[in-house]
Amino acid sequence: MKIEYYIVLSIALFCIGIVGVLARRNAIIIFMCIELMLNAVNLLLVAFSKMHHAAKGAEVATAGVDGQLFVFFIMVVAAAEVSVGLAIIVMMYRNVHSVDVNFLNRLKH
Amino acid sequence: MNNIIDLAWLVPLFPLAGFLLNGLFRNSLSRPLTGIIGSGAVLASFVVSVLLFLEVKKGNTGVAHLFNFIEVDKLTIPFAFLVDQLSSLFLLIITGVGFLIHVYSAAYMKEEEPPHFARYFSYLNLFVFSMLLLVMGSNYIVLFIGWEGVGLCSYLLIGYWFKNTEYNNAAKKAFIMNRIGDLGFLIAIFWMIAKLGTVTFSTPDSGGVLDKVGDLTAVDITGITLLLFVGATGKSAQIPLYTWLPDAMAGPTPVSALIHAATMVTAGIYMVARSNILYTSSAITQTVVAGIGLATAILAATIALKQNDIKKVLAYSTVSQLGYMFLGLGVGAYTGAVFHVMTHAFFKALLFLGAGSVIHAMHHEQDIRKMGGLKRYLPITHITFLVGCIAIAGIPPFSGFFSKDEILAAAYLRNPLYYVLGAAGALLTAFYMFRLYATTFLGSFRGTEEQKHHLHESPSLMTIPLIVLAVLSVIGGWVGIPEVLMHGAHSLGDFLAPVFAASAEKMEAHSISHSTEYLLMGVTVIGAAIAIFVATARYRRNPELGEPTGFGKILANKWYVDEFYQWLIVRPVNWLAKVLNSFVEKEFIDWLVNGVGKLVNYSSRQVRLLQSGQVGSYVLLMVLSILVFLVLQFFIKK
Amino acid sequence: MSITQVLFFFLSALALGSAVMVVISRNPVHSVLWLIITFFAISGHYFMLNAQFIAIVNIIVYAGAIMVLFLFVIMLMNLNAETEPQKNKWMKLAGVVSGGCLLLVMVAALKEAEVKGQTTEMVTGNIGLIKNLGQALFTQYVVPFEISSVLFLSAMVGTVLIGKKDAKEQN
Repeated sequence: MKIEYYIVLSIALFCIGIVGVLARRNAIIIFMCIELMLNAVNLLLVAFSKMHHAAKGAEVATAGVDGQLFVFFIMVVAAAEVSVGLAIIVMMYRNVHSVDVNFLNRLKH
Repeated sequence: MNNIIDLAWLVPLFPLAGFLLNGLFRNSLSRPLTGIIGSGAVLASFVVSVLLFLEVKKGNTGVAHLFNFIEVDKLTIPFAFLVDQLSSLFLLIITGVGFLIHVYSAAYMKEEEPPHFARYFSYLNLFVFSMLLLVMGSNYIVLFIGWEGVGLCSYLLIGYWFKNTEYNNAAKKAFIMNRIGDLGFLIAIFWMIAKLGTVTFSTPDSGGVLDKVGDLTAVDITGITLLLFVGATGKSAQIPLYTWLPDAMAGPTPVSALIHAATMVTAGIYMVARSNILYTSSAITQTVVAGIGLATAILAATIALKQNDIKKVLAYSTVSQLGYMFLGLGVGAYTGAVFHVMTHAFFKALLFLGAGSVIHAMHHEQDIRKMGGLKRYLPITHITFLVGCIAIAGIPPFSGFFSKDEILAAAYLRNPLYYVLGAAGALLTAFYMFRLYATTFLGSFRGTEEQKHHLHESPSLMTIPLIVLAVLSVIGGWVGIPEVLMHGAHSLGDFLAPVFAASAEKMEAHSISHSTEYLLMGVTVIGAAIAIFVATARYRRNPELGEPTGFGKILANKWYVDEFYQWLIVRPVNWLAKVLNSFVEKEFIDWLVNGVGKLVNYSSRQVRLLQSGQVGSYVLLMVLSILVFLVLQFFIKK
Repeated sequence: MSITQVLFFFLSALALGSAVMVVISRNPVHSVLWLIITFFAISGHYFMLNAQFIAIVNIIVYAGAIMVLFLFVIMLMNLNAETEPQKNKWMKLAGVVSGGCLLLVMVAALKEAEVKGQTTEMVTGNIGLIKNLGQALFTQYVVPFEISSVLFLSAMVGTVLIGKKDAKEQN
């Protein structure tokens, strides 16, 4: 499979994620869109890892393995991030009874 | 063998240590202790200087390399001390005369508060330190450090009584005048670096500035020497930058003796003598130097005729004598110039210290019209002052005669006109010095009764230096007795010969017939003697007490040179400053500055609206910025 | 068209379509479910690339744990289409336009990319197997691995701290 397909797919997923972040006001949806963007990047990393392996695998048996390990680490970080992020959202809901990010415009002050 | 020369750094170290001790602990040191530290430091330097001198006399010269001051690419400027005939001689003069002046100061300044007394001594020590750096530096940069140092110290010492505005103005004047000259010097250094890539005087492998004169074009040599000379006119008070020196008499009298007679003003002479080969290589510069020296000598002498402040007369005589030294340098009589520096250091320090003694006795009265008849009250001061006057007037066998004669003889060889003018200046010198002497010491006392009551001879701490200097003024000239009077007696000339060897080679060897030389000497000596008699006879009975009239008024007002400078430079600069202030500053710069402030204020008020506090809008901006960056990265760059 | 290509395009269309649905669903619960489908589609891509470990982890961690967490939170808050806050039209349009521009620019930039024309290894290749990844992870990447455990610990502490009710509120 040509690498361009994967790149375009990833970009498209990423941009959908961005549109979601921009267009929605629900904090949880925004958070989910961020997860979507992370996954777009993960997909790209794996695709590159395999592309690299296809090119260099004959000489170095482990070529491209780092890419997949990075995906692993991204997942680790994402899991941690989700746990903290959701805790914050719960706190926010508890205080303002809404998950609308525009309620948080007190950043201004 | 060279071990004593390797210890040359001790010479400037002692005064530096004295400066630090007196400067840092000035609040806790008592007056005697301060005096001992200050004078002792210079005495220690003097001892080392004598040892160095003896070593040099044996024929050992050398360079004491301390560290590399600047290293850039191919340019290396070492911090090194050069010990040779010329510098060792100057070391003796500076530390020797300097020591006597320090001792004298301890008594002269004893009315000062201890902290100020210590401040005074620390300045003096710093001054001696700078001067030592100046003469010991093995390259123009180290010389320049000392050069600037003495400029600074002269500012500090002239403005020592900083509560008096007039004194402060005199200090500033000295500093600024020096700075003008220093600019010339600095440009000359840059020129040397650009053309030769070195500023060291001379190296064993012929890599120094003075070894490479052959590599320079005539234009380079003339430019460099003229610029160096500009520096020298500032430091050594020559036309057109001489006006600071008479004003510099605002400082304490021993300071005048140290800075403005014996040492600092000779820096220019030293520098030119050090660069003698450069000057010998440029006929134009030599003519300029000789011309300016001669003009200064005559001009200052005429002004000195009508001054009534005892220190001002001496100041102008210093300027005049410096003119003679430059005349000597200009005509290639480097030995003569250095010789005159030496004898002048003795008798001028003597005269200034004598004047200090008089001022001390008169309770800070400096106007000679209010003195007179002091002979009876100040016997030692009187005798020593008389010796100084005779020495400066050039009567044999006093020291001034030999050195002045050597310069005048060399001037005659170059151009008889130089001799005629120089001799005329010498007559004036004799005249005004004895006018001063007669008005001050002869006749009857014209001061107040109270002053008369308090008249007293100065303490021995002050008279002993006077006596020592008087003895030196008498015998100091005997190291340079001309060939014609005694064969092979010019030991100073033989001593300095190696320094000026290259120049001597370059100049055609003229010799003057013995009869002419006797004639020249006779004319000056007899002329001076007549001038002395006339002046003494005229001023002992009826000194000039009233205001001068006619031509005398012009002289008393110093040819209106200060007023001329005021009109030519100060007023236009003030006018320009006013224009810049009222127009450029207020209309343009203020507008610009306020405009920037207003613009920032206005634009930030607008930009503030972007900061809505809504996360969504921030993210939108972020995405748009990423977009812009990507467009720039991928499309515009190519 | 080989079976791989068919599968690729099917999974891509599924991923994109469900991703779009995530964004446009009014009900947050539906969004979560669409996102889970997206993750499954992406995992399918991983399987096709023979990155089995990542594929499984993706399903377990993302589609399983994380999304369930999301679901729980949404249920907890009792969110649904009616309570869903809506942005005004212009903001939505601006978001879509700028996202679209970004897509356009990045795809256009791809035309000049160095990697253009290279292919990936499909179905074959063993670097994605647990054995190989594990070897690299516990030798070369052992320090980041250990550090990530610290990260988890601190995330856990943070979550507990944030989620805890204030002492004041309790009283």
